[in-house]
Amino acid sequence: MSAAATATPAVAKKKAFGGVGRARELGILAALLLVIIAATVKNPNFLFSTDGWRDLLLTPSILVLVAVGQAIVIITRNVDLSVGSVMGLTAYLTGRLFIDAPGIPIIVVVIAAVLFGAVLGLINGALVAFAKVPAIVITLGTLYAYRGINVLWTGSDRINPSDMPREFLGLGTQQVLTIPVLTIVAVFVLAIAAWYMRNTRGGREYYAIGSDPDAAQLYGLKVTRRVLSAFILSGALAGLAGVFYAARYGSISSQAGSGWELDAVGAAVIGGIAIMGGVGSVWGAAIGAMLLMTINRALPILGIPDFWQRAVVGVLIIGAIVLDRVLAVRQKRRLIEARDDS
Amino acid sequence: MSDDVPPGGAAVGAALELHRVVKSFGPVVALRSGSLRLRSGSIHALIGENGAGKSTMVKIMAGLYRRDSGDFRLRGEEVDFTSTAQSKAAGIAVIYQEPTLFPDLSITENIFMGRQPVNRFGRIDRRAMRVEVGRIFQRLGVALDPDRITDGLSIADQQIIEIAKAISLDASVLIMDEPTAALSGVEVERLFSVARSLRDEGRAILFISHRFDEVFDLCDTVTVMRDGAYVATTPIAETTVDDLVRQMVGRDVTELFPKQDAVIGEPLLEVSGLTSPGVFHDISFTVRSGEIVALAGLVGAGRSEVVRAVFGVDAYREGEVRMLGTAVAPGRPSAAMQAGLALVPEDRRRQGLVIDAAVGGNITLAIRRRLARWGLITTGIENRAARVWASRLEVKTHALDSVAGTLSGGNQQKVVLAKWLATDPKVLIIDEPTRGIDVGTKAEVHRLLSQLAGEGMGILMISSELPEVLGMADRVLVMREGRITAEIDRSDATSENVMFAATHSSEAAA
Repeated sequence: MSAAATATPAVAKKKAFGGVGRARELGILAALLLVIIAATVKNPNFLFSTDGWRDLLLTPSILVLVAVGQAIVIITRNVDLSVGSVMGLTAYLTGRLFIDAPGIPIIVVVIAAVLFGAVLGLINGALVAFAKVPAIVITLGTLYAYRGINVLWTGSDRINPSDMPREFLGLGTQQVLTIPVLTIVAVFVLAIAAWYMRNTRGGREYYAIGSDPDAAQLYGLKVTRRVLSAFILSGALAGLAGVFYAARYGSISSQAGSGWELDAVGAAVIGGIAIMGGVGSVWGAAIGAMLLMTINRALPILGIPDFWQRAVVGVLIIGAIVLDRVLAVRQKRRLIEARDDS
Repeated sequence: MSDDVPPGGAAVGAALELHRVVKSFGPVVALRSGSLRLRSGSIHALIGENGAGKSTMVKIMAGLYRRDSGDFRLRGEEVDFTSTAQSKAAGIAVIYQEPTLFPDLSITENIFMGRQPVNRFGRIDRRAMRVEVGRIFQRLGVALDPDRITDGLSIADQQIIEIAKAISLDASVLIMDEPTAALSGVEVERLFSVARSLRDEGRAILFISHRFDEVFDLCDTVTVMRDGAYVATTPIAETTVDDLVRQMVGRDVTELFPKQDAVIGEPLLEVSGLTSPGVFHDISFTVRSGEIVALAGLVGAGRSEVVRAVFGVDAYREGEVRMLGTAVAPGRPSAAMQAGLALVPEDRRRQGLVIDAAVGGNITLAIRRRLARWGLITTGIENRAARVWASRLEVKTHALDSVAGTLSGGNQQKVVLAKWLATDPKVLIIDEPTRGIDVGTKAEVHRLLSQLAGEGMGILMISSELPEVLGMADRVLVMREGRITAEIDRSDATSENVMFAATHSSEAAA
């Protein structure tokens, strides 16, 4: 009896410490399932139709890519507000390449767009890391600057589906075993990012830097280089998202991707990434992205007027932050109590 | 002063050697001439008052600062670290006074961050890390869950993690900057046995401490520093506490801290049963008119937290603060100010001053409302009011328009003092009044505090410098781990009983 009594709290404690992060992701996953079930009950086609199933997977795929990059940046206690503009630029670049270099292999276009996105991310990262200006200011600046370049480049022109090869546009809708290609790519990228963030020195250093930048300096971590690489990654993923955007939607104006930065930050925060860095996982951010996009599609089906849809997203974001705060305070109190007991 | 370098001739066999190292920050010279020689298989003590330059020297060895001039040799070879990573790679591990851990990461990750064992594919080998932590914790006799995050750990436990880090680094030089400051007796013993076994493995250990008993107990050689310069290195067997104190202080202690006798009057500030869970517990004390009360204790004992709560910066859960018999509303600095309290905080640059603003504006900051004419305030009005206090405190600046950040530490402190004195407080709370201030200005600050007490002000002074506490205070309150463990009158206070109360629980002290 006494042995059991002493063993139980220790086990419970361990679960509490190790499990907080995972519980957070399971919670958001449960919310996602709830939304899907509710919408499906109301209209079975939401899930059980070819289009419904495809849209469910396809719609969030592009945002998942951007949200993964955003999550990594936020984990380092920074933020990248320029991802929407980077997407717009790379989407336009994609169309431009097909028009100006007919017959160019698709893979070359993809690589070019990813590299271009990475360069734009490098500019963000260099400004943040070397100029020591907060990321929110720098990337707010580049949000407008990149968009300005886009407008200058595009003018009143726009890329139309007919400007791009059919095989490329096919990427946007093609499926393998009923699963869209874009989704497969997004999940693949997500899985690699999650593995990297969890299992490598580089990944753990992102967390360390976000958890306490001063301590990271004292540990001798290469903070500047790491922060730079996070922004490059975010830019590159936004670049890939730009290509997908072109393939999926076909028509690209100078405003392509605008507003996506907020969806990406929202997805990360809903998914449990702490806005002050150091906590969260890219899985969470991806589920957050899926929830965000799925809710947008489910609300009309559930008969909620347009007007309220944005408000629901807002409530979701604020709710997620309040929840994280409450969990953090409770955990801190529990840790202190555990310490005082011992 | 005997020599200005450690004895022993050439640097043969020295694990680490500093020779006449100089470091300044702008006009402030932090280290005038630092010299030190560590041998392998030896525990070397470095002692000196606060501001003697010990921490600057540690930071140079850690690769955090770069020296301006002088020699720095590691195993006979000249080195010049530009980053902490280089210092670490060269086998120097530093345990700082205040642990620097990542609060959101697990203990294991904290120990291995930046140098985790990895397999061929770059995957972190978690099992190897866990085995290693288990081994180290067993050796240290620690029962912490390696998977818990470090947020919420006690300072003692955080310190242990720092030591585990150094052990796993297999450092050949281990620098401990006041590691025992927040440890209990048992924890100190554990640390010492670890330090001894590390010494026996042939490592060089530098041990910085304010506690003489620890220095004599643990170390075999001792180097004394004063005012940014090397004073002497002596084998521990050939020296005494009195000798070391003389070398450290180099002057008569009582002369420097002149508390004049003042008429001690009625109680002004009464604090009873103040409690904030996990921070401080059941804090009660009184400050009377004309009295200087010192709040002594080690770093992390919760002293600053108590005065922040008294002044209304932080909230507290239980207890009461009364000024002149009237309760002061909790959690509101404005209410505390109205009641006649003033708080000169510990961190001048961040909390005490608007560092980029002019001196005049800083001095009048707390009385702007009173100075304003028709709701407006001009530099002229500010400077007129500021001049009074600037001249009384002899703030050395050519103009009240100079930016506060350009002043020396001592003059900055005077500006902060002037700001609060301008509000005409009845009780002045001052957190570390002379930290990082040169000796001359220190004496001025002390004279001023003593004068203010003489005029009937009550003063509550937090200080980590024992001579200051013993010289200035009419009464000494000692805190340890969030509780007041002793209240000692001026006549009874000695460095021994204050230190004892700061490091032992009240039951043991009684």
